[in-house]
Amino acid sequence: MTSTSPAQPAEKHVAPQADHGDPARSLVARIAEGRAWLFLAGLLICFEIWSRLAFGATFVLNPFNLQSIAIFAVAPLLLATGQTFVIISGGIDLSLGFIMGLAAVIAAHATNMAGAAIPLPLAMLAGILASVIVAGVPGVINGLLISRLKVPPFIGTLGMFGVARGAAFLLAGGTTVPVQNSWFALLGNGKFHGVPYLVMITAIFVIVMHYLLSQTRFGQHNYAIGANVQAARRAGIDIRGHILRLYVLSAMCAGLGGALYAARFTAGAAQAGEPLLLDSVAAVVIGGASLFGGSGTIFGTVAGALVIAVIQYGLVFVNVEPFWQFIAVGVVIIISVLIDQAQRRFSGARQDE
Amino acid sequence: MNSTNQNGPLLEVRNLSKHFGAVRALNDFSMAVRPGEVVALAGDNGAGKTTLIKAISGVFQPTGGEILLRGQPVTFATPQEAREKGIETIYQDLALADNLSIGANIFLGREPMRKAFGFLPVLDRRAMAEAAKATMGRLDFHVSRLEAPVSNFSGGQRQAVAIGRAVYWDAQILIMDEPTAALGVPEQRKVISLIHQLKAQGRGVIFISHNLQDIFAVSDRIVVLRRGVQAGERKISETNHDEVVKLMVGG
Repeated sequence: MTSTSPAQPAEKHVAPQADHGDPARSLVARIAEGRAWLFLAGLLICFEIWSRLAFGATFVLNPFNLQSIAIFAVAPLLLATGQTFVIISGGIDLSLGFIMGLAAVIAAHATNMAGAAIPLPLAMLAGILASVIVAGVPGVINGLLISRLKVPPFIGTLGMFGVARGAAFLLAGGTTVPVQNSWFALLGNGKFHGVPYLVMITAIFVIVMHYLLSQTRFGQHNYAIGANVQAARRAGIDIRGHILRLYVLSAMCAGLGGALYAARFTAGAAQAGEPLLLDSVAAVVIGGASLFGGSGTIFGTVAGALVIAVIQYGLVFVNVEPFWQFIAVGVVIIISVLIDQAQRRFSGARQDE
Repeated sequence: MNSTNQNGPLLEVRNLSKHFGAVRALNDFSMAVRPGEVVALAGDNGAGKTTLIKAISGVFQPTGGEILLRGQPVTFATPQEAREKGIETIYQDLALADNLSIGANIFLGREPMRKAFGFLPVLDRRAMAEAAKATMGRLDFHVSRLEAPVSNFSGGQRQAVAIGRAVYWDAQILIMDEPTAALGVPEQRKVISLIHQLKAQGRGVIFISHNLQDIFAVSDRIVVLRRGVQAGERKISETNHDEVVKLMVGG
C-alpha cells in the first residue's frame, strides 16, 4: 500500500472527449438500415427483366400483379406488425399464426350470428370487432405468463400456439366456417380505384402502428426495454404493464389479420395463419430488426413483408416450381442477417451481443 | 422543496439497520452529506455499502432507523419515490438504453410530448435534443451528434450521460456506485472532474469506490463500513491510505 497521499487539488479541466463521428460509417449504417427496400427494388428489377426476356411482358407495370402482391402481403404484414413490436422488445410471439386462425373462425361465426339479428353491414362490423377482441384473450394470457410468471416468451407463446390452435379447430368444428354476408365479401374482394379495400385498411393500420412505435412513449419504452430492461426499470417504466399491453397488441394485430382473412375468403379457417407465422418473423428480420431486441421499424417490416410477397408471387408468375419460394425466402433471410452483422462490425458497436 | 436548514445536512442517515433474517447487513449506521460535499463510502466486499445505498435509494425498506432529507424524515417505497425527492443513483453498469439517443436516455420514462398538427401527441424529440445539449454542456461534454444512439459513445461519455440525466432532473443527492470501475484512465479522470462540477453546483455526492486513489482525489470525507457497521469516519485532509485500509480490514 502506498503511504500518505493528501487530498489532491481539484483536477483542472480535462479536455472533453473527441466526438468521433464518421460520415462513411453512417453511410454503411444507412445502407444496412434500408436494406429491405434495396432487396425489394432488386427483386422487382430481376423479375421485370426475367418477365420481359421470358414472356416479353412487363411485371412491375402490370396493375394486376401489383394488386396481387399487395393482397398477398396483407396477412403476413398484419402478423409482422405485431411481431415487430414484440421482437423489438426482445421477445417473440409464436402464437400469432393460430391466434389469426382463431380470429378468422370467430369472425365467421360472429358475423353469421349477428347477421341473423342486425343489418348486414353492422353484422360485419360486429364480426370484425368480436374477432379482434377474442384475439386479445390469448394475448392477455401470453402477457401475464411472460410479465408476471417470468415464462420465457418463446415457451409461453409456443404453449399458446397449441392452445389457440386447438380452440380454433374446436370452434370451427374441424372444418372451415363459411360466411353469409355480402358486405363482408365485398370488403374482402372489392376495390376502390383499383386499390383493394383490404390493402387500404392494412395501409391505414400500418401507419397507425408506425405512429405508435416511433412517436409515442409506448414505442420509445419498447425500444428501451429491448435494449436494456434494467435501465428501463430503473427509469421508472412499468415493465410488467408494458409487456402485457405488448402481447395484447400483437395478438390483436393477428386478430385483425384473421378478420380480413375471413373477409377475403368469405370463410373462417383455423389453419388460416399457420404458414404465416414464420413469414411474419422473416419479414421483421428482413426489415432490419434484430432478434436480440432494441432495433427495428414498422416501415422496415413493410418492406420485409413485400420482399416475401414479391418472391412468392414473382416466382409463380415466371413459372418456377413453387418450392423454390422457400429457398429464395430462406436465402434472403440469411443475407439480411449477414448484412446486419457486418454493419454492427463496421459501426464499432458492441459485438458481444 | 423548502430551502430552510441551509447549512444543515442535505441527507442524514440515523441508526439505519437492514437485517435479512439473521444476517445483519447493516447495523445502526449513521452518516450525513452536506450540500457541495462528496462523501466516499469505503469498505471491503460484503461490508454493507450496497445495502446502504439500496436503503437510501428506496430499493430496500430499512429494518430500523431513519433517513432525513433536509432535516425532514422520509421513507421511500420505491426507487421512483426517492428519485422524485431528488436522490438519484448512478449504477456502475451504466443504466442506459444503448439504442436511444442522449436526449431519449435523459428523458427515459418521462418523455416530453408535443402536439403535431395541433392534435396528435408525438414525442418532442427537438426538446429532448436541446435539453441534452444544454445539460451535457453544463458537464463540459460537447457532442454534435445528438441523434446518435449512446452505443456510439465511449464508456466515460456514457457515464457522463447517466450523470447528465441526474443533473437534468435536478437531483440533489447523487449516489455513484463505482462510477470509474469500468473505465480507462483518461475516462476515470473525466468522471472525477464531473464529480468536482457536481460539487461546485452544490449537490451532495455519495461516492462508492474500491479505488483509494479516486477517493482521495475527489472526496471531502470518507466513511468506512465493516461488516455492516460504521468502522470510522475521517476528513480526507486528516487521513491517509494506510489508515483507511486499516479501518476497512479492521487492524
